[in-house]
Amino acid sequence: MSGFDKRVYSYEEAMAGIESGMTLVAGGFGLCGIPENLIAEVKRRGVKDLTVISNNCGVDGFGLGVLLEDKQIKRFYASYVGENALFEQQMLNEEIEVILTPQGTLAEKMRAGGAGIPAFYTATGYGTPIGEGKEVREFNGRHYILEEAFHADFAIVKGWKADRYGNVVYRDTAQNFNPLAATCGKVTVVEVEEIVEPGELRPDQIHTPGIYVDRIIQGTFEKRIEKRTVREG
Amino acid sequence: MALTREQMAQRVAQELKDGFYVNLGIGIPTLVANYVPEGIDVMLQSENGLLGMGRFPTEDEVDPDMINAGKQTVTARPGAAIFDSAESFAMIRGGHVDLTVLGAFEVDQEGNIASWMVPGKLIKGMGGAMDLVAGAENIICTMTHASKHGESKLLEKCTLPLTGAGCINRVLTDLAYLEIENGSFILKERAPGVSVEEIVEKTAGKLIVPDHVPEMTFD
Repeated sequence: MSGFDKRVYSYEEAMAGIESGMTLVAGGFGLCGIPENLIAEVKRRGVKDLTVISNNCGVDGFGLGVLLEDKQIKRFYASYVGENALFEQQMLNEEIEVILTPQGTLAEKMRAGGAGIPAFYTATGYGTPIGEGKEVREFNGRHYILEEAFHADFAIVKGWKADRYGNVVYRDTAQNFNPLAATCGKVTVVEVEEIVEPGELRPDQIHTPGIYVDRIIQGTFEKRIEKRTVREG
Repeated sequence: MALTREQMAQRVAQELKDGFYVNLGIGIPTLVANYVPEGIDVMLQSENGLLGMGRFPTEDEVDPDMINAGKQTVTARPGAAIFDSAESFAMIRGGHVDLTVLGAFEVDQEGNIASWMVPGKLIKGMGGAMDLVAGAENIICTMTHASKHGESKLLEKCTLPLTGAGCINRVLTDLAYLEIENGSFILKERAPGVSVEEIVEKTAGKLIVPDHVPEMTFD
């Protein structure tokens, strides 16, 4: 039984083994569904020269943005990096290498990495700067470029509920890149709002089966909102 | 008179059909949701993983786990589905979305689109735009016909780095509705009160002008 008990009880334990120079993939879209406490632990540890893969880089002072404060990130794969002044500054100073990646390609590179698919062809980016230098192949009269899978040393993921076996469910659009990130880390760490007893989660409702997950930790979350937009009512 | 942003959204909304799954980009495309014709039901796809985007929440309904691709808080409508980003882009890249509406800096007569990068200016990224233009069969591009300085944005060849090659066949500008076919823009409709001459003058790419170019109509 204990071989399947993925629970850890401190963030220090959750991120044990992360070192400078490693590749880190993180779930989240904007500030929605980000593993905010795991990110804080990466900051606390002060590891440097990280390659980070995530759709965005948080905002100044929150989310992955905090890793910029001590220049912990060397290279960043993202589809959109617009909300962060410190990121812009480090990008312009060439202190951080940014590899802009179309959002669907980013997701698929994670999925492929986790699924043992080394590379895939996609029409996305053909004929654009993204396709430059990449292998092109024609299928049924259309051009496709070859994109390679992501592999990360650590995947950091935010779930809603999990059991000790590491089965995870996500809540609403906080799902986003999380289940994909969870598949492509050598070590996958998931922080959740609640750890429930085995059997409480319906097997047919699991988003991330425990086989992908190495460590589970229960945390509390700020869940900052980036653009609060409301209607009268 | 050139169309207002609201009128552009209204014109695009006329292209919606009952039962369409639609992805709306940021800006004018977002406004299209306000003009869905009566009796027509469309399902809005938000590429962060929501099919069936609802209204903005009331103050009480705000939920940090529920946002759209513009990172705004939203709600899900009845009949909505939520999924991960790979699933979301499988829908887009697999050609399952019936209509995509997005903005652009430039479009050319070959159907190329540039919408994400101005060299020398800050580059923020393409988000899902490259996937959307590569995956969709049916795209309407919304943009102003010319820049503030009067330079045409409908070109023989895009000058800015492309978002996608040969993928645009319909353009709605503040002056006209055009289609792109066999290396030409074809003028289909003009904004009320806008002359064909003005459109010809502000279109740098090859433009075919049929004998009769009707004015757009709005309900």
